[in-house]
Amino acid sequence: MKLEAKLEVSGLNSFYGQAHILYDVALGVGAGEVVALLGRNGAGKSTTFRSIVGLVAQREGQILFEGQEVAREPTYAIVRKGLGYVPEERRIFTDLTVEENLEVGRQPRRDNAAYWTTEKLFTLFPNLGEMRNRPGGRMSGGEQQMLTIARTLMGNPSLVLLDEPSEGLSPKIVEQMANAILTMKKEGVSILLSEQNLHFARLISDRAYIMERGRIRFSGTMAELEARPDVRDQYLAV
Amino acid sequence: MGFYFVQFLTGLASASALFLVASGLSIIFGVTRIVNFAHGAFYMLGAYIAFTLTERLSGAFGFWGGILIAALAVAVIGVIVEMLLLRRIYSSPELFQLLATFGLTLMVEDLVVLIWGPDDLLGRRAPGFRGAVEMFGQNVPSYDLFMIVLGPVVLGILWLLFHRTRWGILVRAATQDRDMVAALGVNQKWLFTSVFGAGVFLAALGGALQIPRDAVHHALDLRIIVEVFVVVVIGGLGSITGAFVAAVLVAELNAFGILILPKVSIVLVFLVMAVVLIVRPYGLFGKPEAVARKTPGLSVRPWAPFTRNERIACLVGVALAALLPLVAGNYALTVGAEIAIFVIFAASLHFLMSVGGLASFGHAAYFGLGAYGVAFLAKLAGLPMILCLALGPLLGLAGAAIFGFFAVQLSGVYFAMLTLAFAQIVWSIAFQWVPVTGGDNGILGIWPEQWAAGPARFYWLSLGIAVAVVSILRIIVFSPFGYALRGTRDSLLRSESIGIDAKRIQWTAFVIAGTAAGIGGSLFAYLKGSVFPDNIGIGLSVDALVMVLLGGVETVSGAVIGAIVFKALSIWLVSQTDWSKLILGGVIVLIVVAFPKGIVGMIETWRHSWRARSDAPSAKPAGLAASQPEGAE
Repeated sequence: MKLEAKLEVSGLNSFYGQAHILYDVALGVGAGEVVALLGRNGAGKSTTFRSIVGLVAQREGQILFEGQEVAREPTYAIVRKGLGYVPEERRIFTDLTVEENLEVGRQPRRDNAAYWTTEKLFTLFPNLGEMRNRPGGRMSGGEQQMLTIARTLMGNPSLVLLDEPSEGLSPKIVEQMANAILTMKKEGVSILLSEQNLHFARLISDRAYIMERGRIRFSGTMAELEARPDVRDQYLAV
Repeated sequence: MGFYFVQFLTGLASASALFLVASGLSIIFGVTRIVNFAHGAFYMLGAYIAFTLTERLSGAFGFWGGILIAALAVAVIGVIVEMLLLRRIYSSPELFQLLATFGLTLMVEDLVVLIWGPDDLLGRRAPGFRGAVEMFGQNVPSYDLFMIVLGPVVLGILWLLFHRTRWGILVRAATQDRDMVAALGVNQKWLFTSVFGAGVFLAALGGALQIPRDAVHHALDLRIIVEVFVVVVIGGLGSITGAFVAAVLVAELNAFGILILPKVSIVLVFLVMAVVLIVRPYGLFGKPEAVARKTPGLSVRPWAPFTRNERIACLVGVALAALLPLVAGNYALTVGAEIAIFVIFAASLHFLMSVGGLASFGHAAYFGLGAYGVAFLAKLAGLPMILCLALGPLLGLAGAAIFGFFAVQLSGVYFAMLTLAFAQIVWSIAFQWVPVTGGDNGILGIWPEQWAAGPARFYWLSLGIAVAVVSILRIIVFSPFGYALRGTRDSLLRSESIGIDAKRIQWTAFVIAGTAAGIGGSLFAYLKGSVFPDNIGIGLSVDALVMVLLGGVETVSGAVIGAIVFKALSIWLVSQTDWSKLILGGVIVLIVVAFPKGIVGMIETWRHSWRARSDAPSAKPAGLAASQPEGAE
């Protein structure tokens, strides 16, 4: 099945100062797909995400979002086109309440993407609805993680980059997170998520890429990855 | 009783104006991280323009309309400045924006004299608030009562703005993490511009509202900027409520300080600020500064000691400088000696700033202490010059040891403000302890002995000491101590976790820098034959900052070039034109835009790209051969 491409990255090279971090990274996400970017700590997953949304200044290569070249655009312009980004460190505005955090993420309705209101997000993440006026700094890690996803959804993105959504969360919250991601998928949001946790990725993803040392080492469906224990051992086993 | 109550009300009225200006500075710093030195200049412009408008426009509407239009006009000027100047330099090293706004301040100081003349201007009384109200048998100007009400009203309006509008919520979010705000689709450019415009509006409004209370003159900017810095720091940067509370505190300290403790009135505010910062390092209502998210590996070329060729070039430069007395006259040699002294001063601050990452706003304290040290030893103890020169800087060392101990407990802007407070304390001691320091009259008659007398000899002496001090500072940079200091600068946490006693290293660096500045001050006392409180003043501290930033703060010894260029230019301009500040400010602004890394930083970039081009014809960034990414995330 060939899907309409949401995101096509090719020949992506990124640098931090003199350090060359990403080498010719190429990956794609189709409309309505959930794609996992797997790899160990330090493989370059976060840098890939940060490069796509323009937070890494030194980068070369092609980044097509909905068929449009965005590599030269500033971060805010890329995000406004409907490419949402959820950073790994959460980066909640701790002085702002839950509702104010959501307000920062709010963008106008988009024709080709699901429309999110605060009320709809409080149904998706019921915990948040119970603490609308609580400052972000007085929330647990799991609640913050939900808030950061909800905040990005307020921008009505058609594609979301989720950086390690399960990191540091308790098993029960991880389960809630998986359900939330599947709901997002049902709403038509395409998702590219980075993960170290293969089990979590398996629950929700259609396809996977594996990164190591700044390069894409494997690309295939989840079923194909299942059939390759050698790949899993080489690039994912700790 | 009645008298004290009225004094209290006067303090509250001053607090309102102070709060307006301080809240503007606070929100600008919170979002853009710019320490807007030009904030006082915008305040002054607001007062001048309001003066003209209220004179021209008639009636009650004319007065109040004039005030409002003046504030709006200055806000438009602020927006233009932000778009044309500051937007270009947001990515420059921290504090570089301070240099740009300092250049602007210089320009505005001359411009207002050009437009409005040098005399004090007395503005109109406010219609409806001309009279006085009797309270406890004392007359209170009704305009003061208006101001007292205005302060809390503005506080309330700002609170609503920041909590009930989308713009305000974005501003608060950006104060905490502006990159994340951009990653949520907000165009930072316009957010920054609007915040800067709003902050400047508040400053100009504060200035415009002062015209019925105070004469308008061209030194208003420096008077207010220091007070406002103090207010913002005591209240906590980025906190509007904090700015309000601190404005009341500072204004009341000023109002009662003069009554109760006239001897230490000037120092009182700074003492309170120092105590607040030592007890609550982020001010009364402030929160710890979010750790700046630095891109790893940002400094592309690590510092290296001079190569053989560079050493030869430096020796040739020094030799040429030593030959100056063969061709130059007495005036040029005196200027040369002064430049050499400022090279010492700038290099000492540069050491603290670039190697230690500690930007001191009060470095003149140690320069001045060195100068006073010499004056005491020469005049009171009658010691020979060589001993004075050797022992005088010890006063700078002692000052740096005491103040540095407290200062290094803080970092960033708070460190800068605490050092400023300490410098002001030293200044007011020199200014107010007349029996010992001579106060404003200074100490006169400190002349070099025969062996160092005469322009040529003194020039050689200054040059020799300058070369020695700069060399020693360079050696320290590349010593194990220098590495440890750079470690604490780049990551306090990591350096502590590998067993470096970070605070002690920074303290030591502070003492080294203070002593070096003291050496410069000692020579300066002999150059001028006198010492004055000005040798400790804010102006001198700012000059040193400008020299460092001009040279390039990311270089090893850029301040040497920065000091030579700045000092030579300013001395030459003063001798050539009445509008030296206008031109000097313009030159600084141009340099900021043209050389965002400072003069030496720019030269190094050119040299490097030239070398890279001749080494390898490929257009790829340098150093790609190292292909093992480590810690890629």
